[in-house]
Amino acid sequence: MRGIRSLLDRIEPNFTGDGKFSRLWPLYEMVDTLLYTPARTTVVAPHVRDAVDMKRSMVTVIIALLPAVFFGLFNTGYQLHPEAGIGGNMLTGLQAFLPMLLVSYAAGGFWEMLFAVVRRHDINESFLVTGLLLCLTLPPSVPLWIVALGVSFGVVIGKEVTGGTGYNIFNPALVARAFIFFAYPSEMSGTPVWSLADEMTRATPLAAAASVPGSNGMQLVYDAGYSLQQLFWGLIPGSFGETSKAAILIGALLLLLTRIASWRIMAGGLFGMAGTALLANVMAPFFQNPMFYLSPLDHLLMGSFAFGLVFMATDPVSAAQTDRGRWIYGFLIGMLCVMIRLINQAFAEGVMLGILLANAFSPMIDYMVLRQNIARRKRAYAKQK
Amino acid sequence: MAARKNIKTLTEPVGISNPITRQVLGICSALAVTVKLDTALVMSGALIFVLVGSNGLVSAFRNLIPSRVRIIVMLTIIATLVIFIDQVLKAFLFDISKQLSVFVGLIITNCIVLGRAEAFALKNGVLPSMLDGLGNGLGYGMILVLVATFRELLGSGSLLGIPVVPEMLYTENGGWYMNNGLMLLAPGAFFVLGFLIWAQRAMTNYTEE
Repeated sequence: MRGIRSLLDRIEPNFTGDGKFSRLWPLYEMVDTLLYTPARTTVVAPHVRDAVDMKRSMVTVIIALLPAVFFGLFNTGYQLHPEAGIGGNMLTGLQAFLPMLLVSYAAGGFWEMLFAVVRRHDINESFLVTGLLLCLTLPPSVPLWIVALGVSFGVVIGKEVTGGTGYNIFNPALVARAFIFFAYPSEMSGTPVWSLADEMTRATPLAAAASVPGSNGMQLVYDAGYSLQQLFWGLIPGSFGETSKAAILIGALLLLLTRIASWRIMAGGLFGMAGTALLANVMAPFFQNPMFYLSPLDHLLMGSFAFGLVFMATDPVSAAQTDRGRWIYGFLIGMLCVMIRLINQAFAEGVMLGILLANAFSPMIDYMVLRQNIARRKRAYAKQK
Repeated sequence: MAARKNIKTLTEPVGISNPITRQVLGICSALAVTVKLDTALVMSGALIFVLVGSNGLVSAFRNLIPSRVRIIVMLTIIATLVIFIDQVLKAFLFDISKQLSVFVGLIITNCIVLGRAEAFALKNGVLPSMLDGLGNGLGYGMILVLVATFRELLGSGSLLGIPVVPEMLYTENGGWYMNNGLMLLAPGAFFVLGFLIWAQRAMTNYTEE
């Protein structure tokens, strides 16, 4: 370890001031601060005292994603050959996932570095999270060039055009996914894409639940061969990271314990989803739509609601920043997600669009909360006098 | 001297003060008619005709028009020209006219036409006004054609209806390529337009405050 430190210290002059590679300073800075906690302090206010900087929090998110990653690898193989055993299935999953991840990191890292060098700012490791999150939300069969195109769009349009990390309006990983979803719909929807197998594919639970008008949606899911236990443990076709709610729960607990993610957003999302789903249950007999019969638990266990709420909605940049705002923002996501699932027949899953729409509203939510607080304090002050 | 000024009147709106990318006018039609290159070309031609004609006529009548009713007079002139070009298109380019549908008629409400009449033609002579109309029309047309080129190439794999991307590359024929569906939707035009504005501002160092 000491060897690496002294090597870094020795080559540092090349990257600073008049050094040969001073244009490539962001690259040096990235390697240095990823390995060692930087000794530098901020020069101008605000001075935040915290043991956790952005790099540590990003790494924590990646660790929280690992259970979902490993389960996703196994499940991708399992959906192809259920009898191949853990090792064989992991290998099949790795063959599909690793190229995607490498392409995603290479393309995302390229744009991140290009903008860092041209705009002379440090490289932010958020693209490590963005690239991983994007791959986890994709079906295993997506071609690699589409992954590269999507992640380029997500990093450039989703993040860099508005000023880079910390200034993005939308979650870059979801921008990338939305781009792929609308540009190449045949790769992102329909029954066959969710598994590597060519035959023996079956409808995803959400597709099954919407299939026959006038019947009970959950019954349709059971008829398609799913049980609630299966939906929870996750041996079902779907995107890499979304299927196992157990793995997502482990990640959620880690994020909540380390306080990287806001529990208010997650709780608000659950309330919004449950409220909308219960309202739909009440109205179910009056509509032909089978999805109206799904209970809040069914909604939680199906599709990518859990994954989106835990890992996407809690992105600290694009979410609301005030405590009360986080409740409203989370509630909005839960509500929108269920509404899109129920009413818009064009999209089987509403999580991505729900979160992106809530991202757009989050600055306004914060503004309203702040104004309300100012008004309340003013009234209290007037009463005091 | 006057000649140089006239040339500037003609060239400036094509480049640095382009009506779409700099003044952000006429966006609606730039989104609507740019899925295919041929519709974009015809639309540009129609707009150039209307813009040159209306600027010239408004400028010729500028000393006769009472300023209180100038908007309605200008609109009458513009509407006459638009209906004329709409009928011409229906007579000679019926297929494209059908694809353009209401958007030829909507040239009447195109901000560029009324904007140039109000801002330039009312204050300048006939020749500079017509040159201004031509310049703005060409600037509009250039952006339309650029956006449509990207959208048709990436969205349909063709240009002017002629396939450009080799057939064997497509997944249906055992290749790997797919057309980008986003380019066929209106947001696709927004993104291409945004990239064009970004490129122009990066080159001219212009920033909006």
